[in-house]
Amino acid sequence: MSEPVILLENVSKQYTLYRHIAGGLKQFLFNLPTSIRTVRNSQFEALADISFEVQRGETVGIIGKNGSGKSTTLGLIAGVITPSKGRVVTQGRISPLLELGGGFHHDLTGRENIILSGVLLGLRRAEVLLKMEEIVEFADIGDFIDQPIRVYSSGMLARLGFSMVATLDPEILLIDEILAVGDLNFQQKCMDRMMTFKKSGVTMVFVSHRMEDVLKMCDRVVWIEDHRIRQQGAAGEVVERYLQTH
Amino acid sequence: MRDLTYYRDLIFVLTQKEIKVRYKNTILGYFWSITNPLAFAVVFFVAFKIILRIQMEDYVLFLIAGLFPWQWFANSINASPTVLLGNASLIKKINFPRNIIPFAMVLQDMIHFVLSIPVIVLFMIIYHKTPSLSWIYGIPLLLFIQFLMTYGLCLIVSAANLFFRDIARFTDIFMTLLFYFTPIIYPETMVPSQHSWIFFTPASALMISWRNLFMNGSLEMNALAISFGYSLLSFSIGHLVFKKLSRKFGEVL
Repeated sequence: MSEPVILLENVSKQYTLYRHIAGGLKQFLFNLPTSIRTVRNSQFEALADISFEVQRGETVGIIGKNGSGKSTTLGLIAGVITPSKGRVVTQGRISPLLELGGGFHHDLTGRENIILSGVLLGLRRAEVLLKMEEIVEFADIGDFIDQPIRVYSSGMLARLGFSMVATLDPEILLIDEILAVGDLNFQQKCMDRMMTFKKSGVTMVFVSHRMEDVLKMCDRVVWIEDHRIRQQGAAGEVVERYLQTH
Repeated sequence: MRDLTYYRDLIFVLTQKEIKVRYKNTILGYFWSITNPLAFAVVFFVAFKIILRIQMEDYVLFLIAGLFPWQWFANSINASPTVLLGNASLIKKINFPRNIIPFAMVLQDMIHFVLSIPVIVLFMIIYHKTPSLSWIYGIPLLLFIQFLMTYGLCLIVSAANLFFRDIARFTDIFMTLLFYFTPIIYPETMVPSQHSWIFFTPASALMISWRNLFMNGSLEMNALAISFGYSLLSFSIGHLVFKKLSRKFGEVL
């Protein structure tokens, strides 16, 4: 019954460093030949020839050092970044990228953000309103839910973000390091919720530096080093190798 | 999944968000959107009617009938360099049709304009004029043309500004020039014949149409055709530019 819901095939991603242009139109135009050459040459390779797939209901961990390309991989799966080469195919409703310092619109309250992100995710407005209380209860941040999220602490943002995603019935969940900031109590709550998801067959891609979480959650692990896949396979095996070399 | 209800809810929620964000921390809310064109009307009334003594009947009404629709146009265009930047956190997290963001912004400004029409009516009553029946089809028609034109330009400006940040400065100057090159504070009949190009600047025909519709209920076919031509042009170019550039938004924000 295995069918890939996420498929990355020979995916490469080069970033053009747009800093040269953003510096100003004048500089760009006055040195046009140089500018074009700089733009062409100032490519930064974030991922090179990455291939892996995730089956429905699987939990896959992505590990590696800072700057190795983990977040770019998640961005590609989420569809907010397009690959330079290769293709990315996904099936099903993808949760918003959950990452540190997340949250959506800083001038809107927690509740308003919940509606906004629910609708952006593809749910009906009415459906989101029905789930509102459940989300608010899970986030458990008290009266802050009616405050603009710019006054939230990073822990509160993480709580709100995870509660939204966890309650809005995702099919594919992408999680980038979010558990690192919550307190122990909330971390435990998130892990429990993710275990429930795992049992109910939600597909998850999980970026983390905490190997015990990775081991606990993931079926398989993809280890990215220097923008390439160093190793992928059963979680225990890959994590063991990873820990040996670090 | 991406059906009409999805777009309807998305546009509703995003437009509501734009309105909320705009009025955050302001007490007078809606009144600010009327105060601005009214203040301009006062300035031009003093400058042209009282000091330069322009020979015109109902000059205040004339000003208001042009300044209100211009305000919508100018607000949307002036806000477009930052509209994607202001929504960076959404764009970097979820894959949804990005053009909904400028769409919701222009819609929000349009709603403000529609809500300001009663103010125009109020001034008409002061000047002993009555709204005309032709408003029933004239207003929706001009709303549509102006929406298309404004939305198209917003698509271009908002996308281009992510790659060349000084587009924002350019837009500022461009809009100031365009304002004076559009017959809003003077009637097109006063423009010397060797400067008839003024009639062909992008917003001229449209603004003249609005004013004539408000002041005497008339719609002129030529002006309609020209403004509709500009809207189609603006919308098609905007659509193409935005589509091409939006693939890179996630990287440059």
